[in-house]
Amino acid sequence: MTRLTRRYRFAASHRLDSPQFSAGKNRELYGKCNNPFGHGHDYVLEVSVVGPINARFGQVVNIGALDQLVHCRILSDFEHRYLNVDVPEFRTLVPTSENILRVIENRLLESWPREWPRLEAIHLRETARNSFELKAS
Amino acid sequence: MLLTRRAEFSASHVCAHPSLTPEQNRELYGPAANPNGHGHNYVLEVTLAGDPDPATGMIFDLQRLKEIINSAIIEPMDHRFLNYEVPPFDKIVPTAENVAAEIWRRLEPSFHGSSARLQNVRLYETEDLYVDFAGADR
Repeated sequence: MTRLTRRYRFAASHRLDSPQFSAGKNRELYGKCNNPFGHGHDYVLEVSVVGPINARFGQVVNIGALDQLVHCRILSDFEHRYLNVDVPEFRTLVPTSENILRVIENRLLESWPREWPRLEAIHLRETARNSFELKAS
Repeated sequence: MLLTRRAEFSASHVCAHPSLTPEQNRELYGPAANPNGHGHNYVLEVTLAGDPDPATGMIFDLQRLKEIINSAIIEPMDHRFLNYEVPPFDKIVPTAENVAAEIWRRLEPSFHGSSARLQNVRLYETEDLYVDFAGADR
């Protein structure tokens, strides 16, 4: 099996604030990320696909088609947006990197063509110091 | 324990299959199908697995690893047109997947008989596209 990973970028803002907690608890829990006006990151998203190399054409997956899927389902909605407001899932879900990964996984799997090799993992770098990986279900 | 060594080579290639029309190749491989070729600064990461030797404290001699990568990969592939100068890419399409698999085939025998084994070959074709190959049977 061969794993192919494609890297994408999007710039977005977010605010971490949970309606389940008081204002004081939110400030304590999320720190600077609780700033009422939000703040942003240059996110780096990696999408990994695993499968055999097609013997004739030498590909695990058609990269142009993968790009198109990620652009259509993720980047077009996330790029230069305020996630809490502009992306419907985050109206009821705190846009931590963990939750962003879950939303990205759901969106990709919803549109993942049956004949494609398996989505193996998605990796999100929020800053150079913080990154997160989700093994796809 | 894992040990990873990085190396770079620059090479040109064309990704197109002779059985397809130019339009079909463009559809399948995108701009990489340009018949005149184009190039990349490939970055290779070779990962070995093994236990450090109790006397030397090393999984594998790094100098020896560098020489193996240089003679098996860098010397034959650096500043070459893969399709014309590096077999088997006269017969198979030099996609990142196939180049990574070929690098594995060229490197793997070098570790037979040593305590280290080849664990993974990661090949970055660009900063935004890389392939991990860990052997045809895995």
